[in-house]
Amino acid sequence: MKKIMIFGAVSAIAQETAKLFARDGEHLFLVDMNLGRLEALRDDILARFKTKIDIYEMNALDFDKHQELFDKAVQTMGGLDAVLIAHGTLPDQTKTQESPELIIREFNINCVSVISLASIAANYFVKKKEGCIAVISSVAGDRGRQSNYIYGAAKGGVTTFLQGLRNRLAHSGVSVVTIKPGMVDTPMTAHLPKNPLFAKPGDIGKGIYKAMLSGKAVAYLPGYWRLIMTIIKMIPEGIFKKMKL
Amino acid sequence: MIIGDYESWGRFPKYKPFDVFSVYWRNEIPDLSKFPKKILPFAWGKSYGDTCLNEDGILIDTKNLSKFISFDEETGLLRCEAGVTLASILDFFVPRGWFLSVTPGTKFISVAGAVANDVHGKNHHNSGTFGCHVTKFELVRSSGERLICSSEENTELFKATIGGLGLTGLITWVEFKLKSCPSAFFAMESEKFYNVDEFFEINTKSEKKFDYTVSWVDCTSSGSRLGRGIYNRGNHAHPDDYELPKLPKQKLKSFPFDAAFINSATVNLFNMLYFNKQINRIEKNIIHYDPFFYPLDAVLHWNKAYGKNGFLQYQFVVPYGNEKESVKEILKQVSGSGMSSFLTVLKTFGDMKSPGMLSFPRPGVTMAIDFRMGGEKTLKFLERLDSIVRESGGVLYPAKDARMSAEDFQRFYPQWTEFENYIDPAFSSSFWRRVTKNELTVNNSQLTF
Ligand SMILES: Cc1cc2nc3c(=O)[nH]c(=O)nc-3n(C[C@H](O)[C@H](O)[C@H](O)COP(=O)(O)OP(=O)(O)OC[C@H]3O[C@@H](n4cnc5c(N)ncnc54)[C@H](O)[C@@H]3O)c2cc1C
Repeated sequence: MKKIMIFGAVSAIAQETAKLFARDGEHLFLVDMNLGRLEALRDDILARFKTKIDIYEMNALDFDKHQELFDKAVQTMGGLDAVLIAHGTLPDQTKTQESPELIIREFNINCVSVISLASIAANYFVKKKEGCIAVISSVAGDRGRQSNYIYGAAKGGVTTFLQGLRNRLAHSGVSVVTIKPGMVDTPMTAHLPKNPLFAKPGDIGKGIYKAMLSGKAVAYLPGYWRLIMTIIKMIPEGIFKKMKL
Repeated sequence: MIIGDYESWGRFPKYKPFDVFSVYWRNEIPDLSKFPKKILPFAWGKSYGDTCLNEDGILIDTKNLSKFISFDEETGLLRCEAGVTLASILDFFVPRGWFLSVTPGTKFISVAGAVANDVHGKNHHNSGTFGCHVTKFELVRSSGERLICSSEENTELFKATIGGLGLTGLITWVEFKLKSCPSAFFAMESEKFYNVDEFFEINTKSEKKFDYTVSWVDCTSSGSRLGRGIYNRGNHAHPDDYELPKLPKQKLKSFPFDAAFINSATVNLFNMLYFNKQINRIEKNIIHYDPFFYPLDAVLHWNKAYGKNGFLQYQFVVPYGNEKESVKEILKQVSGSGMSSFLTVLKTFGDMKSPGMLSFPRPGVTMAIDFRMGGEKTLKFLERLDSIVRESGGVLYPAKDARMSAEDFQRFYPQWTEFENYIDPAFSSSFWRRVTKNELTVNNSQLTF
């Protein structure tokens, strides 16, 4: 029985990944900021699979409690084998760009808290000489666009951080998995008009599960985003800056 | 809000809600008294007419209440959230040896929708309605109360909510019994019948030996072949008794565009081909539950084949007595009208009583006939059928209805006045406003012919 912590466990994508690990009988430690939602998720999983689940209520912005959370998870499960960091918010770009205060808040949620949690996980796994740190970043972090650059920059920060961390841990048996989903049909995007590029949370959740098992460095989900982003990254900045993206 | 997502299956009438509010978590139900207009729960919109519509009102979208809550392997009791689909229950439970006690002809409906219309399936003659297998549910009312309803607690609301058309409050979860099943397959027999009398002969024999029965009727035939069709019956297939095929791969197709593909020429052709496809009088097959129960689900959005104006399903039940004459009379009207029906289904209901106060099924013969919505002409024709149903002491099924008159509804369901006491004051639907008022309000101005 592996011991897996999922931060932001009630996000539509993470729920799907959690179910797949539960099906395998892994022990889950699910963290999110709303106890009622965690309970609903736990009940759902336990109605389906015989496994062990602990839940823990916490807000990612409580930076000073991050270490305590890890200690608690390790203590409750008697160890830790993998961490999936999946929380995040999708800010309204036009509203947020007017307010430094809102920008800082978005960065704290989507970048700073993620980096803090990943660092604590790294420190733990380095000593153990094994483990897996998987983080949901985004294709939005691959290039800044006017329609979404605050979210994009925060995710870009996460992606770059994970690159460095992966490099640092390359010889210590710890895998660092950067997940880059494209657009996914979840409550977070409920207000957006849908197009055929929108993926289902179930497919993304399964992609994450597979990437974590294989320890893959970077997983674009679905895979076609790797091609799309390669093309988008190739456009010269002189042209790109005039595009409406 | 994308309005197209909030149509009913027949796509008639086209009533736009004022707004839609989605709920995602069962513990975060909003204060239902705070909405500016009357509210109505909406799940997968698989009701044909306007029972799931609320023109200029608020729809509470419950599709995302999609979690299981508990399952008891001893008793088969499943408790799950309101929006959970029958499809997701089958996906998970059939491989583990459990099946739905009752299922309608589509699996893309929610458990709360199954309660609100107290749906029936091919095993009504021995298992009753969906509501017969419901043990408990939670109902949130605009008073803020969260009530557990069962045959012991809040009994009256329990009865009113089963078949209660979504009007008694918001169901957050439902607990009901699954039944054990030996495999995902059914041993099915199809037998041709050449007229209505033959149907009844075959039916009497078959209902004793088969858990599931339903017939397809060729609505275009007449004379001595009036009501010819194919009788389908089956039982769960046990692996000890049959060599079971491999599990099929799921391939869902979607009807690609909005086009009036269904007209009298294609309908006549289809009916002829379908009847003659079966060469032998009786054929036996082992088939998966999908084609057995849900042949129509193989093409998502097949309702779009009727084009923008949509279609109507006419489902009635007439009590035993002169049921044969009633069925023949209706078939005569249909085959003589030129308004041929693509799909016509015939089945008998048994006498197992549902707790539901307003439930549609009752002992007798039920028939469901599809008609392309051709405007006033279609509506006038259906009124002719109404008079036959009325005279036979029959009733129409609200879940399929978009046009019955208020007088008819009140005659069919005299208990509606008692039911009204249990309606939540914040709730209403286009259907309810229509059938509790004295004039028929069908908005023809939206049709484009
Ligand atoms: C192809 C096809 C075949 C069918 N075959 C059959 C059949 O064989 N037998 C049969 O009986 N029916 C049949 N039906 C009808 C269908 O089963 C019913 O209309 C069913 O109620 C639809 O459920 P839904 O989840 O789509 O709910 P909707 O159609 O969205 O809503 C139905 C009702 O449920 C209420 N409701 C939804 N959610 C809640 C909630 N959370 N709390 C309270 N009320 C709620 C709504 O207000 C509404 O009154 C068929 C429909 C189709 C499209």
